[in-house]
Amino acid sequence: MDQQPILELKNITSAYGRIKAIRDVSLKVYPGEVVSIIGANGAGKSTTLMSICGVIRPEAGEVWYDGARIDGLAADLLPSRGLCQVPEGRRIFPRLTVEENLDMGAFFRNDQDGIERDKNRVFQMFPILLERRKQHGGTLSGGEQQMLAMGRALMSRPRLLLLDEPSLGLAPLIVQQIFRIIREINETDGVTVVLVEQNANLALKSSSRGYVLETGSVVMEDSADALLANPAIRAAYLGE
Amino acid sequence: MEFFLQQLANGITLGGVYALVALGYTMVYGIIQLINFAHGEIYAAGGYMGVILISWLFAQGFPPFVCLGAALVLAMGYCALLAMAVEKLAYKPLRQSSRLSVLLSALGMSIFLQNGLMLTQGVYDRAYPGEMVQGGFELGGVMLSYMQLIIVGVTALLLVALNILVYKTRIGKAMRATAQDKTMSALVGINSNRIISITFAIGAGLAAAAGIMVGLYYGSVRYDMGFVPGIKAFSAAVLGGIGNITGAMLGGLIIGMIEVFAAGYISSEYKDVFAFIILIAVLYFMPTGIMGENVDDTRV
Amino acid sequence: MTIRASKLWFGYAIAMAWFYVLLWPLLGIKAQGLEFAASFAIWAKVAAAAAILLVLYQLKQAGVFGFAAKPAEALGKAAAAVSGRVPTWLALTLVMAVAVAFPFFTERYAHDVAISVLVYIILGLGLNVVVGLAGLLDLGYIAFFGVGAYTYALLSVHFGISFWLCLPIAACFSALAGCLIGYPTLRMRGDYLAIVTLGFGEIVRIVINNWMSLTNGPNGILGIQAPGIYWWNGTGFEHMWLNSLEQLYYIILGLAVFTVLAVYRLNHSRIGRAFEAVREDQTAAELMGVNTLRIKLLAYALGAVFGGLAGTFFAARMKFVSPESFTFIESAMVLAMVVLGGMGSIPGVILGSVALIALPEMFRGFELYRMFVFGGVMAVMMIFRPKGLWPAKRLGVRSEERD
Repeated sequence: MDQQPILELKNITSAYGRIKAIRDVSLKVYPGEVVSIIGANGAGKSTTLMSICGVIRPEAGEVWYDGARIDGLAADLLPSRGLCQVPEGRRIFPRLTVEENLDMGAFFRNDQDGIERDKNRVFQMFPILLERRKQHGGTLSGGEQQMLAMGRALMSRPRLLLLDEPSLGLAPLIVQQIFRIIREINETDGVTVVLVEQNANLALKSSSRGYVLETGSVVMEDSADALLANPAIRAAYLGE
Repeated sequence: MEFFLQQLANGITLGGVYALVALGYTMVYGIIQLINFAHGEIYAAGGYMGVILISWLFAQGFPPFVCLGAALVLAMGYCALLAMAVEKLAYKPLRQSSRLSVLLSALGMSIFLQNGLMLTQGVYDRAYPGEMVQGGFELGGVMLSYMQLIIVGVTALLLVALNILVYKTRIGKAMRATAQDKTMSALVGINSNRIISITFAIGAGLAAAAGIMVGLYYGSVRYDMGFVPGIKAFSAAVLGGIGNITGAMLGGLIIGMIEVFAAGYISSEYKDVFAFIILIAVLYFMPTGIMGENVDDTRV
Repeated sequence: MTIRASKLWFGYAIAMAWFYVLLWPLLGIKAQGLEFAASFAIWAKVAAAAAILLVLYQLKQAGVFGFAAKPAEALGKAAAAVSGRVPTWLALTLVMAVAVAFPFFTERYAHDVAISVLVYIILGLGLNVVVGLAGLLDLGYIAFFGVGAYTYALLSVHFGISFWLCLPIAACFSALAGCLIGYPTLRMRGDYLAIVTLGFGEIVRIVINNWMSLTNGPNGILGIQAPGIYWWNGTGFEHMWLNSLEQLYYIILGLAVFTVLAVYRLNHSRIGRAFEAVREDQTAAELMGVNTLRIKLLAYALGAVFGGLAGTFFAARMKFVSPESFTFIESAMVLAMVVLGGMGSIPGVILGSVALIALPEMFRGFELYRMFVFGGVMAVMMIFRPKGLWPAKRLGVRSEERD
């Protein structure tokens, strides 16, 4: 690739209190890609995403997005630059309505018409949300909340989307739907996607490249196909 | 029967005041999980600003209602600035500290502000020059003073305005979102520091209005006037469900009613005790309140 | 460095402007017109002090004080080494010797202050058991002081029961009050506990204030007896009233020493460990077999006992009690002593009490500003030194801290 990466982590070390959650993590994501970060529970995948988004401030290393350094920036400055995360557990606002949740996704935007258009598009993608638009987010099922979380992220017109465990706790049918949408926004809108997943199989099948995280460090990096074929990976993460 | 209606009228008036102050407690607790002990002192500061401003404006020759209107606006602004300063100096640096630390800081600020009022305004009651809002009228055997009507009117106006702000505007939705999940609100681009400041400012403004009106009603203010009403207003907030704005309004009304009726029918010396007993009872039997809590129960 | 400097002074300018806007209306708007002199005078002093602090801070950041840092550090190390070498028993004996000899080389006024300090030391140590050891933020602690005081007052005035007999009786009543107040709070979370105990403190005060038939309400109870003892006068035992300040001083000194010893033993006992476990992590403590509900009640009761003892003495010394002495401000003051001195630390609490009572006495005219300053200091301490002036020493080291 001779393009500039849209996201680059250089030797990031972040801690949770006194415990070092990730050490010396480096990775690159190029525009238009779908890249997976796989690893067991507690490997540091969520910490990595939170370090990118400024929720956790890295102790060492640099985070570069779109040619600018963003580590140390306040988290709320990133969505307007096109960097958006759908965190683990969906985290929709439980006592806001579906529609209000979507509005919050577009909070930093001022173009009312654009916001309305995007909202309609989200309702087209996820008709169930249209049906439940006046309901409080907390009353939705897990799958519906995931759709709402993704819709909310799309409302910010992201250029880089970080997804933390989108399949967690969801029925297979819903998971298929979600991943179809991920593929769609990547191919149609050119949104670069970083996918963090415990379900390595699913993640790698939807990505072009992957990173493997183990106890806070990157232990392997390769194309998705190569990882899927790798016997060590198959044994550890693909259940064989 | 007339006695009952009289108590009802008084209860609504008092309930309105408690609702205004309770809102400040509930909004702040909802967003940063802090019992803002200093809030009672903001209410007292509002009361003082009322006396100070109205006395001055009246002496300059403005008609009473202009004095009241201007004083309300100015005092609300003043208390908003005061509350924001307190937040920035004493609470914001402790956001990552233990709950105990910030609670003690709030307690310290409460003592600091109360004594500050005492040092600048004196230990004794400060009275309005002459009777500001005199008289009233009778309606069906019930004595209603004009001041009572003003209190109920202004309170209703402010509560409606708050409702519109919180439920219909972008900023209001952002306030609610931040209260429910601070981290996620940052991830969608909401500057939580600014929202927290705004929350403090609004709560303070409402308390200031309550303080002025109470001062006018009784004809005087005192540096420690915020202490007992503060606890009662907090009880109201908990009764309605901490963090829940509608709950705070409802809770305020209920506490006001209970206090007035208890004072009227049972005993007036022990009326303060009733609010405290309700607080303890609610926290013991129904800690989530009547309408349910509204706080951020997520972790990073 | 230049960027930070300009940011610093910009922030200073905004802060000072904001301060003036908040200060002026309180002092400058009078009915006859608007004045700026008084508020400006105060503002100027504060702005100057803040500017000086800011300059010192900048100099420190630039390393200007480096030349003084090394010798200061060496001095500190030397002092620590010296005090480390003095055996504790020696230090304590010296302190006790000074305390016992105190009345002989001071006059009435100092005795008065010393008695107050000792009363507050007992209160502080008692509250320390609840707040510092067990982590229960009790904002109504003064109620136990009141229970003790009124118990002795009533028993003394109505039944003539002696001071010494009343001490344990008041202790029991206070312990009972502690259990009653503690019981509803057992399952509440920290911040709610604070406000509920505050409510209870107020309830006790209001009840005392209004129950005329029992407590005589706001008029208080007069004519309480002083402590009396039987003294050998050569031929037989004679009854003497201990009225003088010196005699009272030794009684309170004895009570204070008793309290210090009791709290010290408590600190280093299994119960003390259990208190700390509950303070640090209730769920974990429960899972390790600590009956948290019973431990919390015990903490309230024990803390209350000391409050009751202090209260009994207070009533005997003043010979008069009224509800005015048991307001929330008193609770807040005792709490300030514990927090500023060092939560969970015996020398810290003693230091806090001395600071809060003796210092204002030494700087006369400071009396009015006492709580104003200490309120502000309490808030500032939480930011810069949350553990207090003389923090409690941790027994043991956490595994994360070791690496």
